[in-house]
Amino acid sequence: MKNWLKIAAVVLLVYVHTAGLLMEVPRLNILNETVRALYFHVPMWFGMVLLYGGSVYFAFRYLRNPLQKTDMQSEAFAHAGTAFGILGMLTGMLWANYTWGTPWHGDPKQNGAAIALLVYLAYFVLRGSVENREQRARLSAVYNVFAFAAMVPLIFIIPRLTSSMHPGSGGNPGFNVYDLDSRMRLVFYPAVAGWFLVGVWIASLRLRYKLLIEKISER
Amino acid sequence: MKHVVQAMMTLAVLLAVVPQVLAQEVEMADAMRAEGKIYVIVAIILIVLAGLFVYLFLLDRKITKAEKLLNK
Repeated sequence: MKNWLKIAAVVLLVYVHTAGLLMEVPRLNILNETVRALYFHVPMWFGMVLLYGGSVYFAFRYLRNPLQKTDMQSEAFAHAGTAFGILGMLTGMLWANYTWGTPWHGDPKQNGAAIALLVYLAYFVLRGSVENREQRARLSAVYNVFAFAAMVPLIFIIPRLTSSMHPGSGGNPGFNVYDLDSRMRLVFYPAVAGWFLVGVWIASLRLRYKLLIEKISER
Repeated sequence: MKHVVQAMMTLAVLLAVVPQVLAQEVEMADAMRAEGKIYVIVAIILIVLAGLFVYLFLLDRKITKAEKLLNK
């Protein structure tokens, strides 16, 4: 990963955490000041989806041209994405506790996200259970495509078909409900970009570490 | 004429004030902002963030060093 991208991530997130707390936000009942959680909770999920997107991209590339490194890249992205997903789940549960009344509301989007995370945890179980390298890489690349294909409807489509408390679901308007003026976008999108860059950075560190181990064990 | 001007002025004041009053009804952490304590929280969060980034940069540098060492 290029150094300027790392610095961009730092700048973006310093801006997000300052402006996210200091800038004006819409005054809404029930949400009150917690509307600011949008800047910190939702980017975790956006980051997760983007990182899983990177993972499935490398899985496709592996299936076209089976290189060991591509498989490792795919794994590193999925790993970072899962970390983001777990953080999104924890922050969401905390937010739900104070706005919806309980940490686990049984909201379709919440359930869907939990199932998606379990599908991705099974990806790591699969990887851990195959000894042969080529076989592990091929199996997990195919499974990765399935996992991504399962995650998209679980998070984006099913909650829209049923009633969900999440904005953008069950006839609720999307982000429009928050940014009566578009001030919130000014912080939200930089937050998504910044956290995604941090995710890519962590994934690249993991990949480089694994490549080092690989080289050392070859000697 | 005087009454009309007065009525219009009253209306103008109402139009200017009412939306603000309505907006104030939703409870926000306005007191904390007024006291300036919010900056304490911003500073604390930025320190945590800075720590995380310093850690990442140092880890990055360590891995770069190890890569160079291995390639020798």
